[in-house]
Amino acid sequence: MVLPAKTARFFQETGDVAKFTGRFFSQWFRPRYEVTEFFRQCFVIGYKSLPLIGLTGFIMGLVLTMQLRPSLVEYGVESQLPAMVGIAIVREIGPVIMALIFAGKIGSSIGAELGSMKVTEQIDAMEVSGTNPFKYLVVTRVFAATMMLPVLVLLGDAISLYGSYLGVNIRGITSFRLYWAQIFDNLAFSDVIPAFIKTFFFGFAVGIIGSYKGFHSSKGTEGVGRSANSAVVVSSILIFIIDLIAVQITDLLGFN
Amino acid sequence: MTEELFIPESALIKKRSDEVISVRNLYKSFGKNKVLIDFSASLYAGENVVVLGKSGSGKSVLIKCNIGLIRPDQGSIEVLGKRILELEQDELDKIRAKVGFLFQSNALYDSMTVRENLEFQLRRHRIKISQQEVDELVKNTLEDVGLVHTIDMMPVELSGGMRKRIALARTLILKPEIILYDEPTTGLDPITGKGIIELMLAIQNKYKSSSIIISHDMNCVRMVSDRVIMLIDGACYAEGTYEEIIKMNDPKIKEFFE
Repeated sequence: MVLPAKTARFFQETGDVAKFTGRFFSQWFRPRYEVTEFFRQCFVIGYKSLPLIGLTGFIMGLVLTMQLRPSLVEYGVESQLPAMVGIAIVREIGPVIMALIFAGKIGSSIGAELGSMKVTEQIDAMEVSGTNPFKYLVVTRVFAATMMLPVLVLLGDAISLYGSYLGVNIRGITSFRLYWAQIFDNLAFSDVIPAFIKTFFFGFAVGIIGSYKGFHSSKGTEGVGRSANSAVVVSSILIFIIDLIAVQITDLLGFN
Repeated sequence: MTEELFIPESALIKKRSDEVISVRNLYKSFGKNKVLIDFSASLYAGENVVVLGKSGSGKSVLIKCNIGLIRPDQGSIEVLGKRILELEQDELDKIRAKVGFLFQSNALYDSMTVRENLEFQLRRHRIKISQQEVDELVKNTLEDVGLVHTIDMMPVELSGGMRKRIALARTLILKPEIILYDEPTTGLDPITGKGIIELMLAIQNKYKSSSIIISHDMNCVRMVSDRVIMLIDGACYAEGTYEEIIKMNDPKIKEFFE
């Protein structure tokens, strides 16, 4: 049986990504360790993404609260607004939305940077300079993305809940203390831990897909653009797939 | 044309003691595209060999094979007495420290200054010298290419000719015994190109290095070559001095020069 060209290409690429991921794990522990470059990438990927994650998180919390209020008022459970927003943001909306924003910013930047390094022979030059380009460019970026997204999501969730506090107080008066008490009374570790763990996988997916697309960029500026674009598309789809799997697993383990 | 000029070097059993690169019976294909077919050639100490051939004839593939960037399908490559296809990564890196490579696109690291581009080469090859010595070496190398004032500039701030010189400086900082040039004058205007050619000659004079040069620029070929290799149909089709090659009556060679 002959597969249609597009299907064959899909399976081919899936296999290539799997091989690329295997190469990441095989090189991760082996010396020489690129510690300086790893911390530089943590700064670029983590610290420099914080303003964007913070701003979008704040708006997300504020808008979500304003949109939920009328429905809750209708059923007479307006007082449950902080608890409902808190659970929604911490369990699902915060990690997924922030991971998608992260994929847009970091996935495209890794794809474009490595892609342009590839087409301008900088990766070859690095190899000639006695450097393992996979370790120096890919391992550091993927590891930094994996470690930084959970931190960004934690901070983003906190900023989002501050935005929600503002939303709660636009049409009512709730003290700061009462607001946080309502949130924490309704949040359990079974809400926080699975949501936190899945963000490591989101970060890894963004890093590995961005690096794969950049590292395999075809010649020319068009190829670089395509790498950046498909890095965002594929990692965004992967985020939803990982989220779906994570929800099934947490459900099976009785966390829901 | 004399017949001897058509005898590929692989056919000659002799091995000179001053051979720095020896390529024997090299084959390389990309899918169905056969790029190198039984290619053999040598580079001797102190000489400049220019490899000529049509675009896509495998010239760049050939020099990338010589430094281990591309692995041939078959054949053997000896660089400075070591069979590079059989070396472990550490050993290969030691050889690479002695072989400079000037990329066609210069391949300067965009995110680093000129100083960092040059220092990167020293640091990655784990050359154990003090920061003061590094600074001095960077400055001296930049003086060799006449661009010491660009030390703290980013590659994007430099002109095409300046970028080529900085790329050459990055190659020279390790004082290589062999330099591989991939189309050093492509994309440059004739005056800047001539400047690069003169710089290449001055470098060879100063560092006593041997070079393989890939070029389409006949001015460059005429000025720098001690020997020219014609790469046609994936093999070493003919070799000789520039004058010998252009006088050949072979239709394929004539077609190339016309």
